[in-house]
Amino acid sequence: MKMTGADLVIRLLEREGIRLIAGIPGGANLPLYDALSRRPVIRHVLTRHEQAAGFIAQGMARSTGRPAVCLATSGPGATNILTAIADAKLDSIPVVCITGQVPSGLIGTDAFQEVDVFGMSLPVTKHNYLVQSAEELLTVIPEAFRIAISGRPGPVWIDIPKDVQLAEIAFDAWPDCGQADPVPEPRDEAATEAATMIASAQRPILYLGGGVIHSGAAEQAVELAERSHLPTVSTLMALGAMPTDHPQYLGMLGMHAAPFTNLALEECDLLIALGARFDDRATGKVAEFCPGAKVIHIDIDASELGKIRMPTLAVRADIGRFLKDLLPILPEDTRPRWNARVAELKTAHPMHMPGADDPAMPYGLIRAIARHAGRDAIVATDVGQHQMWTAQAFPLCRPRQWLTSGGLGTMGFGFPAALGAALSEPGCPVVCISGDGSFLMNNQEMVTAAEAGADLKVIIFNNQSLGLVHQQQTLFFGKRLIASKFQHGPDFAMMARAMGMEAVDLAHEPDIDSALARAFAMPGPVLINAPICVQQQVLPMVPPGGANRDMIRHTPALA
Amino acid sequence: MRHTISALVENKFGVLARVAGMFSGRGFNIDTLNVGPTHDPLYSRITITVLAEDETQLDQAIKQLDKLVNVIEVTHFDSSKSFVARELVMLKLKADASNRSEIIEIADIFRAKIVDVSPDSIVIEVTGNANKLRAFFELIKPFGIVEMARTGMVALPRGYKAED
Repeated sequence: MKMTGADLVIRLLEREGIRLIAGIPGGANLPLYDALSRRPVIRHVLTRHEQAAGFIAQGMARSTGRPAVCLATSGPGATNILTAIADAKLDSIPVVCITGQVPSGLIGTDAFQEVDVFGMSLPVTKHNYLVQSAEELLTVIPEAFRIAISGRPGPVWIDIPKDVQLAEIAFDAWPDCGQADPVPEPRDEAATEAATMIASAQRPILYLGGGVIHSGAAEQAVELAERSHLPTVSTLMALGAMPTDHPQYLGMLGMHAAPFTNLALEECDLLIALGARFDDRATGKVAEFCPGAKVIHIDIDASELGKIRMPTLAVRADIGRFLKDLLPILPEDTRPRWNARVAELKTAHPMHMPGADDPAMPYGLIRAIARHAGRDAIVATDVGQHQMWTAQAFPLCRPRQWLTSGGLGTMGFGFPAALGAALSEPGCPVVCISGDGSFLMNNQEMVTAAEAGADLKVIIFNNQSLGLVHQQQTLFFGKRLIASKFQHGPDFAMMARAMGMEAVDLAHEPDIDSALARAFAMPGPVLINAPICVQQQVLPMVPPGGANRDMIRHTPALA
Repeated sequence: MRHTISALVENKFGVLARVAGMFSGRGFNIDTLNVGPTHDPLYSRITITVLAEDETQLDQAIKQLDKLVNVIEVTHFDSSKSFVARELVMLKLKADASNRSEIIEIADIFRAKIVDVSPDSIVIEVTGNANKLRAFFELIKPFGIVEMARTGMVALPRGYKAED
């Protein structure tokens, strides 16, 4: 076969199962776009900013579990998309980012739109390539997919100089597609040791992390909790792994956990961590996290074992593979005393959700959105107060239903990620819960959503502020508010209409619930502006660096 | 404490940047670094000595190194394993007829070589482990070191250890 490097890239992407790519063309990737124009297989979504192309790819990858591709040009295209790739790295999302680079002969000359993409992307990717020849593409593209989906998933960046895209090459056979490496076999005795520890523990807690979702092991994790009646906590990344209405479920742990959740962890004598990395937002002050507990830590990434907390039993394994060994040998247990104690903590230290029945209040609005979106809806969030309220209150029932920027905490993530999910799961309702601060960081993608006719509802929790910054200044900086209030907020409904979307402004609606019903009944992308009061805080809150037991439970001014 | 880590890596574009970047990005301090090809042109060996405060930190550095796609194998030469480590140092000293023979005498004791002599300077090549080099510097420093270059540590496991 004979073709150009650019044609080869597009054909190899087709063979990897890619059917949709988000991106923006520019000088250095034009041959790739030209190749796209010659093939009818891959649909291209033109975003208005490269960062959004990266987040659309993330939305596709997070909602389906399959790798997704984004495309940008050299220089500013690459620097713009970098944030979305760093975000994918911290949350272990398999994204393959392809950028055009200036021709090989010009590399290192400060050519027009040249930046050192290899050097820049190195610390924020699982692996990266600067492709040296068209022949190399035959190995690099399948290998990039293999690396992105093997072990702990992550983003891979392929930088392709323009002359490599234009070069003609001849080859005899197509390379094999990128297959995930087989998962490592856990040590023979690992499951037995874990079973013994769990069986002899008096007050065990199951701690689910994002690895449970990546491994596709949510069902088995729930089975483990049920078999041994383990109270179960979840990180932000694992929300949805266990249904939020499950009797063993204690919700999210850490900085914004329910009081009883953190207090139960305080008392536990065995912490069973599955695919979790003991992030500081989850553990609070590490030295005082689960102070009396032994730890079983299962993770496919060996470098996570002992990184933050030294485990009693460390097993490098895929979660699903490990649970396959553990479940059949783990004795059933009802743990009446421990579960009664947890129930007691729940009664004594409940989660307060003020206004949960009032759709004009944050928790009430989230509950109302959940009712209108339906049980199966995919929910994406941005970053800030609305994200934490949603994490606390949104009823989730399945893995990959919840799309949020956990590790990097990137404002601007939500809307394009939701768009990616809407494009890759067209039958599924998709909502994006955002804030007025976050939404403005990628609002230009409303045009893209309108163009694509994506079925997607975005609700702006509008407090005319950077709410979480406002909250931290109020709580920890003597109420000295600086740079957290917007002097002038835009008319979001008008913006949405100007960009081709429908809009509903709850500020002008006497009956919020029926207005939401009307908005959710509209086809295509709809923006809902929801004014909320800036005095509303995300509580409880563990002060940064503090121990999880020391939660601020009430707004001091209102207490 | 100082630790010697050896990584067998693929001889590919950017591998040194990956390794060095991992160390700096995660806040580890590289003490010495040596890179060179092996007998197989597909592979290079990178030998690194790092200062790690505790076992956890060292363990993290090794695991993160092992995670890099182009890294084939990582060996930590801890004190319980038997290994040979050498460093090559070249130094130029101020030397004339009055002290040249004294310098050569010291060099002989350390099996160092004189590789260049001029009327007012002398260049010495010396190899050895960290202890030997430290002792050599102690004795030679008073003569006045003008310039110095060192390779950084290279290390290999001893034969009988490599077997098991």
